[in-house]
Amino acid sequence: MSAILDAFSIVAIVAGLVFFLAGTVGLLRFPDAYTRLHALTKADNLGVALVVIGLLPQMDGVLAALKLVLVWLLVMLSSAAVSQLIARSVRRQEFSE
Amino acid sequence: MGDFLLSAGAFIVLMVALGLVRVARGPGRAERMMAAQLLGTGAIGALLLFGAASGDGAMFDVALTLALLSAFASIAFVKFALRQDQKVPDDDTEEGAR
Repeated sequence: MSAILDAFSIVAIVAGLVFFLAGTVGLLRFPDAYTRLHALTKADNLGVALVVIGLLPQMDGVLAALKLVLVWLLVMLSSAAVSQLIARSVRRQEFSE
Repeated sequence: MGDFLLSAGAFIVLMVALGLVRVARGPGRAERMMAAQLLGTGAIGALLLFGAASGDGAMFDVALTLALLSAFASIAFVKFALRQDQKVPDDDTEEGAR
């Protein structure tokens, strides 16, 4: 049973790492601010989400697992709010120029 | 399992360090802030992995705090730094209504 859980963890965490890689490559290679923001939010949401999902079976108790989920929810909330704010300020800057 | 978690965390740190090239290249302030946002998120992911690898519960508390602080950093940036560049007045009435 624990081998299955370990395998699940490894698959989920590796998938999360792929999204971090994609976010970094996108941030470096994409042409303008909006597409870079798109790449960044993939790393924010899916990268952290998959890492958290992969770590959940490795936790000792329910409390530690709940704390992980709390971190995930907080990251989702803040990255959604911040990407909206950054996109809006970039757009306003374009209009004011 | 511990070795895998540690190397996964190291990989995330490496990715974030590569992403910081965007801070140097710019071109705008928004791009630099995006790299800082990636730094915050990557640090959270790496801290979670390191915490699970070492079994130290305090790492999760640090990740939780960092999740709060990186959000505040970006919001403060949008509110103050970018607005200094603008020539048009802000639509504060629109925001007050929300």
